[in-house]
Amino acid sequence: MKISGAEAVIRCLLEEGVDLVYGYPGGAIMPVYDELYKFKDQLHHVLVRHEQGATHAAQGYARATGKVGIAIATSGPGATNLVTGIADAQIDSTPMVCITGQVGKHLLGSDAFQETDIIGISTPVTKWNYQVTEASEIPEIIAKAFYIAKSGRPGPVLIDITKNAQFDEFEFSYKKCTGIRSYTPVPKLKLDKVAEAAELINKAKKPFIVFGQGIILGQAEEQLKALIEKSGIPAGWTILGLSALPTDHPLNVGMLGMHGNYGPNLLTNECDVLIALGMRFDDRVTGNLATYAKQAKVIHFDIDPAEIDKNVKTEVAVLGDVREALDALLPLIEDNKHEAWHNIFKEKYQIEFDSVIKEELNPTNNKGVSMGEAMEMINKHSKGDAIIVSDVGQHQMFACRYAKFNTTKSNVTSGGLGTMGFALPAAIGAKMGRPDREVVAIIGDGGFQMTIQELGTIFQTKVPVKIVVLNNEFLGMVRQWQELFFDNRYASTEMINPNFVAIAEGYYIKAKKVTKREDLDAAVAEMMASKDAYFLEVMVEKENNVFPMIPTGACVSDIRLS
Amino acid sequence: MENRTFTISVYSENNVGLLNRISGIFLKRHINILSLNVSESEIDNVSRFIIVVETTEKWVKNIVGQIEKQIEVIKAFYHTDEETIYLENALFKIQSNLLFDEKQIQNIIKESQSTIVTVSRDFFVISKSGRRSEIEEVHAKLKPYGIMQFVRSGRISVSKEKMEVSTLLEELKL
Repeated sequence: MKISGAEAVIRCLLEEGVDLVYGYPGGAIMPVYDELYKFKDQLHHVLVRHEQGATHAAQGYARATGKVGIAIATSGPGATNLVTGIADAQIDSTPMVCITGQVGKHLLGSDAFQETDIIGISTPVTKWNYQVTEASEIPEIIAKAFYIAKSGRPGPVLIDITKNAQFDEFEFSYKKCTGIRSYTPVPKLKLDKVAEAAELINKAKKPFIVFGQGIILGQAEEQLKALIEKSGIPAGWTILGLSALPTDHPLNVGMLGMHGNYGPNLLTNECDVLIALGMRFDDRVTGNLATYAKQAKVIHFDIDPAEIDKNVKTEVAVLGDVREALDALLPLIEDNKHEAWHNIFKEKYQIEFDSVIKEELNPTNNKGVSMGEAMEMINKHSKGDAIIVSDVGQHQMFACRYAKFNTTKSNVTSGGLGTMGFALPAAIGAKMGRPDREVVAIIGDGGFQMTIQELGTIFQTKVPVKIVVLNNEFLGMVRQWQELFFDNRYASTEMINPNFVAIAEGYYIKAKKVTKREDLDAAVAEMMASKDAYFLEVMVEKENNVFPMIPTGACVSDIRLS
Repeated sequence: MENRTFTISVYSENNVGLLNRISGIFLKRHINILSLNVSESEIDNVSRFIIVVETTEKWVKNIVGQIEKQIEVIKAFYHTDEETIYLENALFKIQSNLLFDEKQIQNIIKESQSTIVTVSRDFFVISKSGRRSEIEEVHAKLKPYGIMQFVRSGRISVSKEKMEVSTLLEELKL
């Protein structure tokens, strides 16, 4: 049967099991939207308020579900507005397929209305991209797009489809992609490397596990837990590894990196074997590489060969699927407790608790609600079962430092790119992907205003997300750096904010503002009990700082507590 | 780590946009490409890039890792000059009368093992293949007589060691 390219796009999405897409229509993608109208019973399209919102919603959906997120936009500005989200998905390895309309093939290169070279623009920030100019290419290319986006180390793919290819008819048939000859998504696991790793781990006196999002993407949460419980090795997480292991697990020693916990950072430079699982030694984790874990033998488990020795020289590299690798490793690991070593982590935690955490969670100053106690209040009511979607800045660090998580895929945040404005649309995607779970967005007053228009999407779709804006009337993280490193010169970081509650209410979203500590508990309780979307603005201490902190370029063991 | 000259060889599918994707990897790292050549390879429908850069071994490893990661790249390698057989090709366009008036030019052609590609009424063209230094030597010798046009190709090279890309492709045959 002959169908149009546009209809083929929809049928391909259905073949891939897609039932939800985010997007924004426009001239060059109208044939696809016409088919979306016809297929609305099978494929739900969410109209966002800006194309960037479509990408972040698709990312939130993908991160919360493990499935591929879809964003659709028109050519020109529609396509360029996707770029931030695509770059975010690339650096955070999020599976996403973006479909953009393009001017007709005969107009390519003519500077036609809304023509832009989105293939050229998106090349450095996509795992793969392709311009379709003939309708008959559509099934094979979309099949490839899904295969590439979700296989191996996941990432974003962009498919640009010229308008003629959407209109033209062809004989449709669909075959899922199962392999590409030039692409090896998962390197073959070498058992001798696993054995070498096991030997190093078994001999270690002070081993330390650091795990990243690879554990979540590789569905190796159970294997990770089994490994640490058998080996007794303390484990620290990167920001994207958070929630792969329950936060209250006794061997979970906290977050690595710039605003991570004191112990795991300090002891990175004291361990004798550092076991990195599905993480990429980002500079925010390592600080100065010249002084990072130099005393340790490093074992690196990763799916991406390009990550091996990229930043940190490894003693043993175990390439392959992390779940398969840990399954092979586990029987070779000897039972151990490493009690004395673990006690050092506990001592360091106590130091951090006494000098930072205690005051953060129960402030004795009269400067207002702290972000830490706001998070603690959310923990109290979520009981660690919510998906927390955080934006970027101080509140993000407080959210990641203090949020409690019982289950995996619960921490959704922009880690690598640090995209302000991520959380509100990402929360929409997370909630639509996991309607069974409570989704709470934690956003600063700065980031909230970068994608505030998505309140319109929340109103129109009635998606019951909970939005918490921690308002310190500053771009807090930049202000903190200005205070610490730029002699308090607060250049363009003070925000004169509008009435956020009135704005939320303008979108018919239930809204409340809390300014006093004594009102926080009841307000969070009311928000969490709400069946509908809810906006809660919490006025927080204006000039609070996130500590501990490893200043940029400093050594992990030079972590500051104040 | 000191800078050295490295020759990067890339075997890839022959697809629109791949050159952009590969050159972007250098751009992102602020590394200048000294020479670039793209042609068919020994395998049907497989292209081969020869890219010459001057950088450290750490960076060239990183770059090759990133290149190889691209979906349409089959395999990428890097080699030092000692590990490859390489040359460039240059064309010199010179006024025809000089071939007869300046006898020394014929000696230059002979001694440098250059060849005359074509001779017409107004000009003749010399082709010289070899190392960069050999081409530069010919250039220096011809320059006093006047060169109407000069062009030099990117480096092409083959490795001294075996590169088993064909067998790799056989294994991957889909």
